[in-house]
Amino acid sequence: MTNSVQDRVVAIIAEQAVLDVSDVRLEMSLDDLGIDSLGLVESIFAIEEAFDISVPFNANEPGKNQFDISSVVAIVRAVEGLLAQKVA
Amino acid sequence: MKRVVITGAGTINALAHDVPGTYQAFREGRCGITELDIRDKDRLSIQIGGQVHNWDPEAHFNRQQIVLYDKFTQFTLLAARQAVAQSGLDFDGRLGYDAGVVLGTAGGGVNTWDDNYRAVYEEGKNRVHPFVVPKLMNNAAASHLSMEYNLKGPSYTVATACASSNHAMGQAFHMIRSGMTRAMLTGGSESMLCFGGIKAWEGLRVMSKDACRPFSATRNGMVQGEGAAVFVFEEYEMARARGAEILAEVIGFAMTSDASDIVMPSKQGAARAMAGAMLDARIAPEDVGYINAHGTGTAANDKTECAAVADVFGPHADRLLMSSTKSMHGHLIGGTGAVELLACILALKHGIIAPTIGYEEPDPECALDIVPNVARDAKVDVCLTNAFAFGGMNAVIALRKV
Repeated sequence: MTNSVQDRVVAIIAEQAVLDVSDVRLEMSLDDLGIDSLGLVESIFAIEEAFDISVPFNANEPGKNQFDISSVVAIVRAVEGLLAQKVA
Repeated sequence: MKRVVITGAGTINALAHDVPGTYQAFREGRCGITELDIRDKDRLSIQIGGQVHNWDPEAHFNRQQIVLYDKFTQFTLLAARQAVAQSGLDFDGRLGYDAGVVLGTAGGGVNTWDDNYRAVYEEGKNRVHPFVVPKLMNNAAASHLSMEYNLKGPSYTVATACASSNHAMGQAFHMIRSGMTRAMLTGGSESMLCFGGIKAWEGLRVMSKDACRPFSATRNGMVQGEGAAVFVFEEYEMARARGAEILAEVIGFAMTSDASDIVMPSKQGAARAMAGAMLDARIAPEDVGYINAHGTGTAANDKTECAAVADVFGPHADRLLMSSTKSMHGHLIGGTGAVELLACILALKHGIIAPTIGYEEPDPECALDIVPNVARDAKVDVCLTNAFAFGGMNAVIALRKV
């Protein structure tokens, strides 16, 4: 795998937001990117499929999930965390 | 316009296999949601549901029937037997031509789809049983009721996701009110608690892993249920002439569409449906003593529904009672409005409000009297029952004590 986790997550989010990868900045929130609740659930599904991980996320408690979705970089870090757990 | 009354009720759901048992559970605030007992449960992240336990189809149907009856049809037939027996109606002869059946289901024979996909995809079989299609079709349950009871008038099935049963019962009401028919079997059924049925719902990330807690600040999603409820709707003068026991009168019905989002509910759509049902019933908001809420236990539904009630009822919203029995029997999807109509009859006829169980913490966005945890005695003359489906399709029925 040549792509970093960050590149792959950004690519998934960019596709969901119908934006070019270069237009997605790490500090952006999903709101900034125009991704709604269905888009979020679809992004999480795409991340799970891409990395073969299970993301703990319940749409009813967006504030309480262990999986931080507050910005693109938060999602990247959360995915890296899940991948580290998977290796360990 | 004819008046329409309910003269029979039947059910099977996670709380009981009949109406008296369901009423008893409502009174006790008992939870029917348990660990699931289904094939491949270990591959599901959701492990609970309002499942019908101790279901033995062979106790009710013969082998030839079971070959044709998916579980959603079995549930329907059992509920209908209870309802027709209670009503005392005999559809043989002339009445059969003036009677029909309208049922709601979202998925129809989901277990049959699931079993046969396994056979051809997982087990690699190249052949399925010849009756797969007549068994899984959404109208199978309605068809079998028409055959069982000689119902020769209009019969069909409505599929509007979680509002299916309310749409169905509203249509049955319209038919009798307009004089198109004199009696109808109506209600709904769902049996989606199988691996594929639950796996599909998991994908949306709106399911709770531990409990259904409508309106509680601690709510974390919906819990699926299964079962059916069937009612006999009948023209009032006919019911009175034959001295039938009347369980409640159906007085109004309204349907609206949000026309906005495929999953997120709209306050305006819900409010217009409630207001429309009251207008149709020619009642004022102040007449309504109880609302059987849609109350799914999701973040989105519960706050939207409470806001819609506040808009429609104004200051009266603080005086009426509202509860969600999904906390006890789970969300029966297309069958849910039918089972929840029982809570309305319990309120109108017996003066008991079924509680919203699992309630832990107030939510300022759901600041209504939702009858937390314990059933309550209350004199209620008029109630509404709400159903707000995915796809933005809303159906609200108004009922009155007779």
